Amino acid sequence: MTVNTQDEITDEILAIEADARRAVEAGGAPELHPRRDYAPYRSSLLRHPTHELVRVDPEEIERVSPAFGHTDVSPLESDLTIAHSAEPLGERITVSGRVLDGEGRPVRNQLVEIWQANAAGRYVHKRDQHPAPLDPNFTGVGRVITGDDGGYSFRTIKPGPYPWRNHLNAWRPAHIHFSLFGNAFTQRLVTQMYFPSDPLFALDPIYQSIADPAARQRLIGTYDHDLSVPEYSLGYRWDIVLTGPKSTWMESEDAHE
Amino acid sequence: MSDGRQTPSQTVGPFFGYALPYEKGWELVPPHHPEAIRVHGTVFDGNGDVVPDAILEIWQADSAGVMSSKRGSLKPDGYAFTGFGRASVDLAGHYAFTTVKPGATSAAAAPSVLVTVFARGLTHHLFTRAYFPEDVQAHSTDTVLAAVPADRRSTLLSVPDGPGSYRFDIRLQGEQETVFLEFNE
Ligand SMILES: [Fe+2]
Repeated sequence: MTVNTQDEITDEILAIEADARRAVEAGGAPELHPRRDYAPYRSSLLRHPTHELVRVDPEEIERVSPAFGHTDVSPLESDLTIAHSAEPLGERITVSGRVLDGEGRPVRNQLVEIWQANAAGRYVHKRDQHPAPLDPNFTGVGRVITGDDGGYSFRTIKPGPYPWRNHLNAWRPAHIHFSLFGNAFTQRLVTQMYFPSDPLFALDPIYQSIADPAARQRLIGTYDHDLSVPEYSLGYRWDIVLTGPKSTWMESEDAHE
Repeated sequence: MSDGRQTPSQTVGPFFGYALPYEKGWELVPPHHPEAIRVHGTVFDGNGDVVPDAILEIWQADSAGVMSSKRGSLKPDGYAFTGFGRASVDLAGHYAFTTVKPGATSAAAAPSVLVTVFARGLTHHLFTRAYFPEDVQAHSTDTVLAAVPADRRSTLLSVPDGPGSYRFDIRLQGEQETVFLEFNE
């Protein structure tokens, strides 16, 4: 397999972005999600469907969602810095925000899961071969149940960027993986949160797989000085908006139409 | 930065294996449950090669066709049926769930399991449904199946391959590509 240079990948990224821009200028709606068929991200080549998705109305299965609660998640799981006997190395941060539906209503009592690399850019995952040190005091997995306002908050350390093998000298910008449930299964979302002003954004085909620049921006947390704790940690805010207002308020009487 | 519009998806990546799987996520009921069935299969890419780094979720009604709203989907108490399961594929691209056969959720609908696929290389998850081959009558009135071109419908039918066992392979691309669904809001 040919190993491409960063310049070759960047040219492909720019060509697709230009194509998306022309579509919007011609009156199309901006793309909200990444393209599944996104060649600069080489692993997508054989893993995207070539048929159009079949569009249907959601039925009851899709209009409801699994329920999670405090029996599923311990409050300690939202602090990724206390899972071991000593503190992990790295820049202590908090990441807080709200999970909202498409109409801005809070998604209450739902599960938020995160996972991330350590400060050196290494995952605990056994197939991560990046020769950066593991931190015996950091696993990098967190869970929380949202509050009545849809709010969540994690305490962790800032993950490091890491290399991967998409092309020569490929590096992922620092990110935290997020998994979210809504009130309907159609709202299910797995995504990644990024940090402001990362110099790797323009070079990363995963971030750039979202062809619309405004949509990409929605993945970047905001530094919020009010969330920083004096002499302890820096605070980032990131709100997450799930698809679709429908569903949610299904009463049981229509449940078996 | 959030501007009130939908947050885009990103790939689950390769390194979810120590984070998303949870204990017995593949067991919606214990294997000795009197109605236990196995729903299993292999995930393939466009070359027909197995995908060894995918993770699947299923979501379904109980055997009476009732969707659960019970909490405890991650730590089931062993009695309540939550209807939710999560399983990563193994190195051979194979996944397996132990569950019960769902009942139909309405008079017209055929029994089905909602299957969600996440994988490295997949920038946005895919939804599909696994149906059961014996429900021929109900398939003719199911509105989702009706929306699927007839020559592709078979990709949504699981294949019985033993007592209480159904195989549901997922082909992300290529010949016999699985039908993936997109839901209207
Ligand atoms: Fe990652």
